Amino acid sequence: MNVWANLFYNYRRWWKALKLYLILAGPGIIVMIADNDAGGITTYAATGAKYGYHLLWFLLLLGPIAYFVQEMTVRLGAVTKRGHAEAIFHAFGSFWGWFSLLDLILTDWLTLVTEFIGMTAAMNIFHIPSYITVIVVCILMGAMILQGRYWTWEKIVIIFCAVNLVYIPCAFMVHPSVSDVLSNSFIPHLPPGGFNNEIFFILMANIGTTIAPWMLFFQQSAVVDKGMQVKDIPWGRLDTALGSMFTVFVAMFCIIVTGTVLFGTNVESAAQAAIKLMDINKYVGTLLAIGLFDAGLLGAVCISLASSWAFGEVFGWAHSLNKKVKEAPWFYAFYFLLLISAGAVVLIPGAPLVLITLFVQVIAVTLLPAALVFLILLLNNEEAMGKYKNTLMQNIINITIVAGIIILSTMYGISALFPNMFK
Amino acid sequence: MNFITIIRDSFMGFVSQIKEINRKYAVPHIKMSPSVRFSLILLRVYLVLLIGILFYKFYTLVK
Repeated sequence: MNVWANLFYNYRRWWKALKLYLILAGPGIIVMIADNDAGGITTYAATGAKYGYHLLWFLLLLGPIAYFVQEMTVRLGAVTKRGHAEAIFHAFGSFWGWFSLLDLILTDWLTLVTEFIGMTAAMNIFHIPSYITVIVVCILMGAMILQGRYWTWEKIVIIFCAVNLVYIPCAFMVHPSVSDVLSNSFIPHLPPGGFNNEIFFILMANIGTTIAPWMLFFQQSAVVDKGMQVKDIPWGRLDTALGSMFTVFVAMFCIIVTGTVLFGTNVESAAQAAIKLMDINKYVGTLLAIGLFDAGLLGAVCISLASSWAFGEVFGWAHSLNKKVKEAPWFYAFYFLLLISAGAVVLIPGAPLVLITLFVQVIAVTLLPAALVFLILLLNNEEAMGKYKNTLMQNIINITIVAGIIILSTMYGISALFPNMFK
Repeated sequence: MNFITIIRDSFMGFVSQIKEINRKYAVPHIKMSPSVRFSLILLRVYLVLLIGILFYKFYTLVK
């Protein structure tokens, strides 16, 4: 009898914990999966096609790095109840505040353009004209935020996050060598040919897609908008950890797909990879194209919201998805302004889309170190964080990660400007 | 009220909002310990260098 009573008790306990997690889950999972945006999928497709499974171990390393950085935003948001932009203004004054805000808006807008490039390219595969894709995406994204509840918006986005997992069945459909995948995932090594400029660029691109400035702003603002409390921090951590696991899995499975089927070919975009795959296996190619569209949509949803939240926080506008349009007109106006203007750029004939993609990399490099340094300093501010400030161990890990990211992302930005520098 | 007046009033409202933000956040609230000061100085140097590189690239492109 005692055994059954214990079993029932444990079942009730776990069920309660799961229900609580499902209520609190969201920001971490969304930000991490949206991190695999259109640019990210292109990077993974190119990585797999160029180096096969050889860099899978590197992707596995990026998961914990993403977790440690994003976990700090959960604590900061839950304790201070401020978004990242407002926290920077409050702590460091208006100079650093304006710098961060304007750089964020510029980076976000340019990244948003690249999301539209990805989405229109994916839909072009199905012979859907770009202008229809842009209009439908704007309507869809508008409908998602105008329903007036953060909770509903979050659950809709989680459905789109689930679509992002499409790369997992794709990888099984192309029958990769399981032993090769496992050995390449757990034994760090360089591909044949060793270290060179090309591999450096690919490694940096993978880091760049894993840690992006908008992610810090988005998750902290989402934690605040969701109303997470200090007692919810452990759930926020779990959410972020699960998200980082998913983001790495999606990236690895995407690499496995192109590494199995397109290894040795030159892939310049995910859309090109999908077209090539369609000739070999039309189902995998179709799923890859759908995944690319979904990745662009998720990226666009999160990036436009990150900017609108940041602007709302600083300008003192009502800035919550729980507010109706009448209650927060500027917040929604700014959201649509970003969205429509970025979509319109893609429709301009002869728009310098390649130059825009290059610019995103370079401008993100100017914001990322600043945002990460501010994050570390804010997490060490005992007055604001109290007992939730970084511990010695967290500081050692986070400062090492941040220093590494700053050095590597700077080299990446410089190599984007001067492609021959590291040859 | 004509169109130009509306634009001018909106612009002036926006400018006054920015001034208000600058006033509100004029003083940093973080304790300026030596490590915070050092980090901010390092960040300024880093950004100046990076912007310098960007200008150099722009200059070589135009040239």
